[in-house]
Amino acid sequence: MSPAISTLVVAAVILPTVLGSVTLLTLRHRLALSRLISLGSCAALVAIAAALTVHASGGTVESYALGNWRAPFGIVLVLDRLSAMMLLLTAVLALAVMIYAVVTGVDRKGWHFHPLFQFQLLGLNGAFLTGDLFNLFVFFEVLLIASYGLLLHGQGPQRLKAGVHYVVINLVGSSLFLVGVGLLYGVTGTLNMADLAVRIAAAPPGDQGLIAAAGLILTVVFALKAALVPLHFWLPGAYAATTCAVAALFAIMTKVGAYALIRTGTLIFGEDAGPLAFLAGPWLLPAALITIVVGFLGLFAARTLREMAAWSVIGSMGVLLSAISVFRVEAMGPALYYVLHSTLAGAALFLVVDLIARRRGEHGDALTVGPRFCQSELLSGLFLLAAIGIVGLPPLSGFIGKLLILDGVRAAPEAVWIWATILITTLIGVLAFARAGSRIFWKSASIEGEISPRDLRGQTAGVLSATGLLAGLAALTVMGGPVTAYTEATAAQLFEPQQYIAAVLGETAGGRR
Amino acid sequence: MTLELLVASAIAVLTAAGVYLVLRGRTFPVVLGLAFLSYAINLFLFAMGRLVINRPPIYDKAAESYTDPLPQALVLTAIVIAFGMTAFVVVLALRTYLEIGTDQVDGREGGGDRP
Repeated sequence: MSPAISTLVVAAVILPTVLGSVTLLTLRHRLALSRLISLGSCAALVAIAAALTVHASGGTVESYALGNWRAPFGIVLVLDRLSAMMLLLTAVLALAVMIYAVVTGVDRKGWHFHPLFQFQLLGLNGAFLTGDLFNLFVFFEVLLIASYGLLLHGQGPQRLKAGVHYVVINLVGSSLFLVGVGLLYGVTGTLNMADLAVRIAAAPPGDQGLIAAAGLILTVVFALKAALVPLHFWLPGAYAATTCAVAALFAIMTKVGAYALIRTGTLIFGEDAGPLAFLAGPWLLPAALITIVVGFLGLFAARTLREMAAWSVIGSMGVLLSAISVFRVEAMGPALYYVLHSTLAGAALFLVVDLIARRRGEHGDALTVGPRFCQSELLSGLFLLAAIGIVGLPPLSGFIGKLLILDGVRAAPEAVWIWATILITTLIGVLAFARAGSRIFWKSASIEGEISPRDLRGQTAGVLSATGLLAGLAALTVMGGPVTAYTEATAAQLFEPQQYIAAVLGETAGGRR
Repeated sequence: MTLELLVASAIAVLTAAGVYLVLRGRTFPVVLGLAFLSYAINLFLFAMGRLVINRPPIYDKAAESYTDPLPQALVLTAIVIAFGMTAFVVVLALRTYLEIGTDQVDGREGGGDRP
């Protein structure tokens, strides 16, 4: 690995750590400077992630041994196409959310918003880069601890109640994660993911039962993070109770679960694992299909726009995981495209909902008929675009994503189920969002008077930030060719883990440096 | 044999107690349950390095065999994280109690089990 690339890989983890600590320790009472540093950090991360993605698109897998302790004894950071793509997605989302949080003054509502945000980015970047299973656990904890703080930011009884649920369920999940990690270590004697892949492929038949148990326990943990039914109950409460800016950032949190499922599913339990190959698939697929149905039906149960946004996140996770769970290279490319789309679309929806709620006074984001509010024409347009995006109608990228997924799973034996579920639920989603839109925008037109915008901070800038995310969806659509070429190459790389393994372990044999 | 039985049953009892308490309706038992679960997990991780007595963990010329140092490092990390988390959950539970006025996890008095 060239020194420039290794510096960038480490910088993706170190930069938020250092800046988060500096803001926490020295800039507690200097909001303007913290904002500047936070925005600078997010912008720098976008640049770093873009450079890494350009490098990774060449097809090489880079491995960085922390402290120069060689794998499998030390911890490695690994950069391949998938991690580079996830880093870029995280950075772009974080920048948009950070701008929104600053212009609307969300970061004034409580202490330590900026340090927590940076630590959240540290956890996310670390989880996407690490090549070690226990290290993945540690980064999961880092991002969870930061997310507890962000979730509770601003406080209030509703938020605290949802916070207790979210924290407890994630702590139980962490315990399960350790059980899975411990079992794998006990059986194979390693925690390096590349080394695990090699050892599991060579595992004697007697050990395979325990390895399968460990693999399925890990699947449960990642499914919990990905809000797969029946492990989704924490999500609507938590996302609907927190501030919308934080919920928009959390759009990437469920994708961490999906990322971990993809990584362990294709690397550790990949094709070479023999009888253990893709063992999570048969369990994930039915759960994913039910998740789609539950997520889109939940849209009708929602009483506020925020709950609707939360349920649509669940629905889109179901679509994503149904494409992942067939574990085929031709379905994985579309799934990765859908990761990009659903993250941006979910976040955009949360931001648009927040813009609407801020202008409706006491009506907030409740699905009630209230008087007109300022900028309602503009916002109805944005809401329409965000709804089209999340439901998956043309012309935005959700349609392309779903179309690619339907095409990708065609060869799978379960294709009929996936097709039927995705097509029917899309119709349900359209109905639900049409109902919400007509209640909030159309019926309000018949009522006299207008809600005055009281202390509306960042009136234009907030709209611009949400529009930026929607423009991201448009860019995904227009740049559909190059983006799908990249995701297909990523899928091909994922299903040939030998390259990853050689990049991590090969250096041991060569006695590098 | 006896050592293995002792450790295994200790893990089993701690896990059972932890799961039972986590499923209670009030925050204090839930916090206790999380603590029990983390103790069980720490023991479990430790046992995953195999139970060996009176052996050095790192290189020693006189030693015939070694104990595995890695699970001990893992357990240390897990203890630190669990400690921080328990402290956080206690504060969160207390804050919720003061704000909502009940320690029932759903915030509804009478919705869960009576103390």
